[in-house]
Amino acid sequence: MRAVPSAASEAEVCAVACAEAWRGDGEILASPIGLIPAIGARLARATFEPDLLLTDGEALLGQGTWAIGGQPEVIEGWLPYRAIFDLIYNGKRHVMMSPSQIDAYGNVNISAIGDFRQPKAALLGVRGAPGNTVNHPVSYWVPRHTPRAFAARVDMVSGVGYDRAIAGQPWARYHELRRVVSNLAVLDFAGQDHRMRLVSVHPWVTVDQVRAATGFELEVPADVPATREPSAAELELIRSVIDPGGRRDSEVGP
Amino acid sequence: MRHKLMTVAEVVAELRSGMTIGIGGWGSRRKPMSLVRAMCRSDLTGMTIVSYGGPDVGMLLAAGKVRKLVYGFVSLDSIPLEPHFRAARQSGAMEVAEYDEGMLQWGLYAASCRLPFLPTRAGLGSDVPVVNPGLRTVRSPYDDGEELLAMPAVNLDAALIHASRSDAYGNAQFLGPDPYFDDLFCMAASRAYVSCEQVLPTAELTTSGPVQTLRIQRWMVSGVVEAPRGAHFTSCDPDYGRDEEFQRAYASAAADAVAWSEFRSAYLDLDEAGYQAAVAARRAKATDASRA
Repeated sequence: MRAVPSAASEAEVCAVACAEAWRGDGEILASPIGLIPAIGARLARATFEPDLLLTDGEALLGQGTWAIGGQPEVIEGWLPYRAIFDLIYNGKRHVMMSPSQIDAYGNVNISAIGDFRQPKAALLGVRGAPGNTVNHPVSYWVPRHTPRAFAARVDMVSGVGYDRAIAGQPWARYHELRRVVSNLAVLDFAGQDHRMRLVSVHPWVTVDQVRAATGFELEVPADVPATREPSAAELELIRSVIDPGGRRDSEVGP
Repeated sequence: MRHKLMTVAEVVAELRSGMTIGIGGWGSRRKPMSLVRAMCRSDLTGMTIVSYGGPDVGMLLAAGKVRKLVYGFVSLDSIPLEPHFRAARQSGAMEVAEYDEGMLQWGLYAASCRLPFLPTRAGLGSDVPVVNPGLRTVRSPYDDGEELLAMPAVNLDAALIHASRSDAYGNAQFLGPDPYFDDLFCMAASRAYVSCEQVLPTAELTTSGPVQTLRIQRWMVSGVVEAPRGAHFTSCDPDYGRDEEFQRAYASAAADAVAWSEFRSAYLDLDEAGYQAAVAARRAKATDASRA
């Protein structure tokens, strides 16, 4: 299905697009939820964002770059769950979560599809999404870009979007949705009234494909560039160090 | 000093139908499963369960014990969605209070401190106050005047947790990387019961781990149960990891009424010794099969 030949796989382009979410973040905790964001966060720290903090997915902060499924060689700190909440309230964190639904203002649902009291599909529960979104930067990864995922309206607002944050609430000063990466495109909220805007389309995707896969009116600039290709050094890191087992292709691919 | 050693059955005998019970651990990690299994076998009904939920919640739901669930999520970790939880939610029969995880921590901490609520920003702007219409906000009395969510205390009648080690008096130790919120559960409860892998003489606790691992103190605890492999099939690092094969069998059985009934009679209609023997036999059979 790829329109443009490339040395990188679809999963690798997506992982680099996720890594870019943490560019400029400095000395904060990068919290990637899911495989492609985890590859992205480790890649970001191994290359352009060396001061990021990363956990082993459990309670330890690790230094260096370790493989998916592996363990960091150097432990630099202890971060059990309750300390993560301290860190959230302090604002020194940027999480990338995977919502089941996201709307044009970045409201997301990870709780329940349909009526909350008797859902058609019960999901995880709101987890930390409410607190995350009113305390520190949040990005999203959506492995399947469809009109049901990019929905006109989400059924239960678990993570807070811009339409709820701009009405003068004091917590709005801590609310920032950084970017959305899908298997088709990169998007942000720099549209009118902080609506979702198309930033780039992945090299094998057209703008019309993204529009057709989005369940609301997307703001599309006159010129939409292609998502950048991974560099040779980034590909080497992903393939040899971060995901030598090739698990990334099971999450995104043709 | 009075020792607090009890059996699993004695702990469950102290619980009453309709109580609010907090369960420690996190997801499918270090859950007091021997106590949960005993609750499932009991005639308790109409319980309110408070949990960072995993298979503890799923099994109590499957046994019909839960009137109301208070939670931030329910997950088996390596299997994201808990099948019994999904079924119970989708039936619409269960009352729920779904909170942000940090709100739940605040509710337990407020109860621990005997406060009516603690203020937080978590939940503001989201639909959490919509689906929990009893939640109120509070305005800062200082110059900022900020409106904050007033997370009410989550008071517990009883807490159940599983520790790595304990002495007979309830000084309990975590040897794994994360204490989760177990001390908050104990302090939020009128009575807290600790199951553990091994009961040790007090003097040995500081040789089995550094003093910082002695997170639970006897003033928090009403009863201690020695329950080796009592967290199975959830993880209890470093003594054992999650039994992923068994968890997969649990989850796939949960998806089908006949399979669940077979699973229940093979593992859950037995007492704790019978359960552990059945699990050991299953593991031995799998080992033999892999050698063959």
